[in-house]
Amino acid sequence: MSAVSARRGISEGTLAFFLGFGALVIFLLAVEGLIRAGLINRHIVPMPSQVFGAFERVVLEEDVAGRFRLTFIEALASGAMIAVVGIGSGMLLYRFELWRRATETWIAALASAPTVLMYPLFLVIFGRNAWTIIMMGFAAGVPAVTLKTIEGLVGTRRVFINVGRAFNLTPAQQFTKILLPAALPSIFVGLRLGLIFMLINIVGVEFLINFGGLGQLINDLAERYDLPGTYATIFFVVLVSVCFFVLTERVERWLRPGA
Amino acid sequence: MTNAGTGILIVDDIVKQFATPDGAVTAIDHISLSVKQGEFLAVIGPSGCGKSTLFNIVGGLVDGYGGKVTVAGDTVTGPHPSIGMVFQEDSAFPWRTVIDNVAFPLELKGIAKRERYARAQHFISMVGLDGFEKRYPSELSGGMRQRVAIARTLASEPKILLMDEPFAALDEQTRLLLGDKVLQIQQQLRQTTLIITHNITEAVQLADRVLVMTYRPGKVKRVIDIDLPRPRSSEIVSSEAFGRYVAQIWADLREEASRGMQDDEKLRAGGRP
Repeated sequence: MSAVSARRGISEGTLAFFLGFGALVIFLLAVEGLIRAGLINRHIVPMPSQVFGAFERVVLEEDVAGRFRLTFIEALASGAMIAVVGIGSGMLLYRFELWRRATETWIAALASAPTVLMYPLFLVIFGRNAWTIIMMGFAAGVPAVTLKTIEGLVGTRRVFINVGRAFNLTPAQQFTKILLPAALPSIFVGLRLGLIFMLINIVGVEFLINFGGLGQLINDLAERYDLPGTYATIFFVVLVSVCFFVLTERVERWLRPGA
Repeated sequence: MTNAGTGILIVDDIVKQFATPDGAVTAIDHISLSVKQGEFLAVIGPSGCGKSTLFNIVGGLVDGYGGKVTVAGDTVTGPHPSIGMVFQEDSAFPWRTVIDNVAFPLELKGIAKRERYARAQHFISMVGLDGFEKRYPSELSGGMRQRVAIARTLASEPKILLMDEPFAALDEQTRLLLGDKVLQIQQQLRQTTLIITHNITEAVQLADRVLVMTYRPGKVKRVIDIDLPRPRSSEIVSSEAFGRYVAQIWADLREEASRGMQDDEKLRAGGRP
């Protein structure tokens, strides 16, 4: 705790929150001022005050709650699949080194590929429904989790493995008590990256295939040239992202209490 | 058996070679030693003499060597339950608290949480970490983390404590104070201990006997009995007898260390050692 915050009895976490919130408010006020001064084109960027004004309309008239729920559920399904398949495949590829060497470059290539462009193929395979969106989110997010799981397992310090060996751990114990806990920091980095890629793709595909969710609403509002409404909806997309990051952080704190 | 003698730990005629692009390199060349019950043996040698290889062989972490290691008559073919190992590197698990680190071997034995915590607490007190039970290793100093590793190994109640340069990463003062702690533990438990070190002061401070190794290939150059009174503490380093032992060991080590340095310089100059 810094000297100033300690004197006033404010925790660093609270201070950081207010600092971040204050910076956002200042930024929005600056944008508002620049638009009003004509330095930013108001036909491209709406005034923050207009965006705030659009919230009530978007919530009442555009069924944001239902769309938020749909996007959230799609992301939850996709995220769960990413965690299970990404961590599982990372573990398997760590275990079978030949397969790891054979596939690691391809997985890295897939992680950096613009998979969102493959949506027509997914539409053909899964049809115009939520599964296309879920699977596109999954395809975008899983390579990062797989790669970071492998990286975490491979990067486990030799001395921890030797401690396990010195205590005569079985291979299963070596995995659950040494390798997995040691790899968790890297696995969570992978999960965060995977969630970012997943959310971009989910909202992007909702936007592209006009199926439903917040992405579709952004598309509709943009087509209607309702810029304040578009930005207000983007706020809800950010909210989905925040929900997932808070959830991930909670799970990480539970699994890695000393982190 | 070749000059190994009798003891709870017997290292008999060990030869270990490593394959390199330039052919096989002998790291350990017919080393034999024995450690008696309750004895503290220090193995000292210059860098590159095969000390850590010997540690790994005794600990059952490497195979493919000639000779035999036995613990109370039982041949070591892999990590042996009677041998507890403390490593040179920081090995306290960062994802576990101090008490969970120390209770780790008890958890593996399936001991109930309440009992294993009580037993872990005993070893935490022994290494002087009372009050730090709920801390994580990231909140501790290097010396404290190494004490966690020692307590964890002691909690497995090994017949032989095997330590590979456990204080190498610590400063001299911490090293001397931790040496005191190890001496107290050894006194208390009558723990049979084999320590690998390159530090002469540490070897003389702690050991009943010091085995001096030659530079590559590692052989036994001399075994010196340390006839200093016990119980000891770090205060012994200022005694005249201590100085004589240090000088005697340095006289043996100097030539070996010098050979090692010359080899290293040749290697860096691009030649073959």
